[in-house]
Amino acid sequence: MKRYLVKRIGYSLISLFLLSVIIFFFVRVTGDPAVLLVEPGASQADLDAIREQLGLDKSMGVQYVTFVTDLLRGDFGKSFYYRMPVLELYLSRLPNSLLLAACAMLFSLFIGIPSGILAAVRLGGWWDRVGKIFALLGQSLPSFWVGLMLILFFSVHLGWLPSSGSGTIWHVLMPAFALGWLFAAAHMRLTRSSMLEVLGSEYVKLARLKGLPEAMVIAKHAFKNALIPVLTLAGINLVIMVNTTVVVETVFAWPGVGRLLYEGIAFRDFPVVQATVVLCGAMIVTVNLIVDVLYAVIDPRIRYE
Amino acid sequence: MNGSRASALTLAWRLASFGPRGYPVVPIAIIAITALLALFADYIAPHNPEIGVLGERFKPPAWQAGGTETYLLGTDHLGRDVLSRLIFGARVSMIVGFFAVVVAGVIGTALGIISGYFGGWVDQVIMRITDTWLAFPALIFAIFLAAIVGPSLTNLVVILGAVFWTRYARVIRGEVLSLKERDFVRLAIVANCSKWTIMRRHILPNVINSAVVLASLQLGIVIIAEATLSFLGVGVPPPQPAWGLMLADGKKGMMAGYWWLTVLPGTCIMLMVLAANLLGDWLRVKLDPQLRQL
Repeated sequence: MKRYLVKRIGYSLISLFLLSVIIFFFVRVTGDPAVLLVEPGASQADLDAIREQLGLDKSMGVQYVTFVTDLLRGDFGKSFYYRMPVLELYLSRLPNSLLLAACAMLFSLFIGIPSGILAAVRLGGWWDRVGKIFALLGQSLPSFWVGLMLILFFSVHLGWLPSSGSGTIWHVLMPAFALGWLFAAAHMRLTRSSMLEVLGSEYVKLARLKGLPEAMVIAKHAFKNALIPVLTLAGINLVIMVNTTVVVETVFAWPGVGRLLYEGIAFRDFPVVQATVVLCGAMIVTVNLIVDVLYAVIDPRIRYE
Repeated sequence: MNGSRASALTLAWRLASFGPRGYPVVPIAIIAITALLALFADYIAPHNPEIGVLGERFKPPAWQAGGTETYLLGTDHLGRDVLSRLIFGARVSMIVGFFAVVVAGVIGTALGIISGYFGGWVDQVIMRITDTWLAFPALIFAIFLAAIVGPSLTNLVVILGAVFWTRYARVIRGEVLSLKERDFVRLAIVANCSKWTIMRRHILPNVINSAVVLASLQLGIVIIAEATLSFLGVGVPPPQPAWGLMLADGKKGMMAGYWWLTVLPGTCIMLMVLAANLLGDWLRVKLDPQLRQL
């Protein structure tokens, strides 16, 4: 276990290292980072000051070390627009994104799990086909368009739901649907295949042989075991959701980290863009590590691979 | 009741995906029509897509009250003809989608072959990079790159190519690992072929099928990514007509009830992506049985 843990943490560190190199590299190579990091319309003196601060006249190696030590200290620079440290800004927006992602996740599981079970139990039936079409639509509809259509129907046409902003439960409904929609299809497919696997197992056969009613077999024996991979995926997807809500948050003017990223782009507020991306990467690497370690704790076979 | 519903659905499914003789007729038709529109946009489009008549702003489609036949699908906030913009938008989607998939395919296939054939530390390094790349949400990465280099059609193709190559690298590497052990490769080594010759003449032709299947499966993803970037303002620069850009513009007029500015471009994106996905699915089953698991 110890060896596995060390190896796995090592991989994560390598990933983080590569991530920082990639970001550092792209910002430096594609142009003058000083231009990106000062406010639009800054004077020559400001440009020189930022060059000095970043050490752009020094070697690449020295610059990289400065870049990483700043990141490690949590110093992501200051937002031009909000005039406050980017990290503070990010943390103030994070709860909103978490709330939205949690609602979207609930919604996607609520749709995905029952429909996946139905598709597996009635394999090849019409529900299975509906599921296939649903999965296909989930892949083919851009989430921002789903959002726009929801606004058009429920806000403009019917006038039932607020089109943007946050604060009440009514505000979260449409963004959660638009975001959860995509993931619902993925959760449905995984539930279906996981159920199929469990339904073919020995203990389900035994449960049937015992003469248990079919509903009992499915609910008690199959469903519980089929749920494990689905919940694992849901955990990973939750983090991915938090970090990919940019489009949905933009459509609904939801004040989360995605919207922050969008504002960063729109106002040419580069420190905000860079910090959001770095933090997003770090968050995903960390969660992947946690999931892998938990898996190894639960299933000893993985440790010896 | 159930039976008739099932057969109706089966019929719809067959029509949409695998046509009468097992060919994906509808998806191919959609892609072919879009390609023709994109190719001959200059002749087909009734108006200039970038210049509008300000006096003719927000005209609804022809069949609605207030619409005129001059602007069949209405006009936008600058009085530009929506139909013409949709037709020219097809060109942008096609160009970006096709070239981005090719760029990604070339990068990914090359890295996959090198990684699989050389093995050892080369393989380790390439696969570590691939994993890092994969762990990161492609869209965020694309937004980041686009924000640095600024919007243009060429940049968009390069960015999307640079973001979406990982899947090719993974799959192709796996195939190369098994190809490497086959007799014809061993014989080529015995015949003293150089490593580059073996990779080019013996390995590459054997993995190209998988690369094509992956490319067709990624086309839809790339088109959505392009639309998303354009929607966020880091994709195709205005006033060029791109579907994602049209949606971003259309969003502003939505509360006033100008529905055609959001419904129509979105429908185009959806049809295109749906067609690409169905075609990709069909190719996967047809060309490469091994990839059915994907």
